[in-house]
Amino acid sequence: MSQSIEKIDSYEGPGFMATSLDKAIGLARKNSIWPLPFATSCCGIEFMATMASTYDFGRFGSERLSFSPRQADLLMVMGTIAKKMGPVLRQVYEQMAEPKWVIAVGACASTGGIFDTYSVLQGIDRIIPVDVYVPGCPPRPEQIIDGVLKIQDLVHNESLRRRNSPEYQELLASYGIE
Amino acid sequence: MSSITNEFVTEKLNIKFGDIILSSEVLYDMLTVTIQKNSEHDVIKFLKEDPEISCHFLTTCCGLHYPGQPLQFGMMYQLHNMPENYRIRIKTFTNDHEPAFKSLTDLWPAANWMEREAYDFFGFRFNGHPKLSRILNMDSLEGWPLRKEYPLEDPFRGDKDDKMFGR
Repeated sequence: MSQSIEKIDSYEGPGFMATSLDKAIGLARKNSIWPLPFATSCCGIEFMATMASTYDFGRFGSERLSFSPRQADLLMVMGTIAKKMGPVLRQVYEQMAEPKWVIAVGACASTGGIFDTYSVLQGIDRIIPVDVYVPGCPPRPEQIIDGVLKIQDLVHNESLRRRNSPEYQELLASYGIE
Repeated sequence: MSSITNEFVTEKLNIKFGDIILSSEVLYDMLTVTIQKNSEHDVIKFLKEDPEISCHFLTTCCGLHYPGQPLQFGMMYQLHNMPENYRIRIKTFTNDHEPAFKSLTDLWPAANWMEREAYDFFGFRFNGHPKLSRILNMDSLEGWPLRKEYPLEDPFRGDKDDKMFGR
């Protein structure tokens, strides 16, 4: 629990704490991420272990999985994405509301993994932008949690205006996403 | 034990179809009959409807590609008579690079998806098929992946090079 209740930079006195708005919002966002699990193979099985009692993903504020992209903050792509699945994944990403983050869990989602073949997408970053890559085949739950903690760092420290920045617009445009 | 024997079926096919039967042999305890192209529908219909052989179940069918053979493309069908537990394999070959076979969808609705698969991976056409389109691969795929000349690896990526991936 230590990391998730870490103090943020603030000015404190007896009975009050003052800080900047983006720090307060970052703190709230990072500890209330709703992940959308997009599990297609064995990495998804590891994610089930991550959600279960031994590893308890809920400790990090992500107790509530969202199975609708419209309410999700974090798209977790876990498993091999066939090229035929590519447009589906892209549509799920486009349906998510900003701000949104993407984590590619495992070798297949990150690079295509061992499936160096005509039918498999060679990494989901070919169709959607990815924030964090988790290596492993499949990664252990500790690695998945580590990846999500990296996402939490991004969420915490991200400028509230980043999503309006020209760099971000350019990134989306490079994927052909409006 | 099946009461239908391979000898019995071979004899019956030879009497009924004669020259159409190119060869017959027993591979892995299963009678394998190679027949002339364009007769696959007639022979299989006979095997299905003959009251004694009565292979009423289409176990599977798939495309074949043997680049070393004079007739390199082919189709393979496996039939099953469940009450007698008798099975038979039918093969037919051609050298046509865009071969068209006769669809079995009028005999078995199950042939529909299997023939679409053969179309998807080998580019074979099936005359009489109600909706011959790709079934497993994405629609925009070019080429026929299970033909031996098709490169297995994704040819469009640059980050897996020979040094690290042994290409």
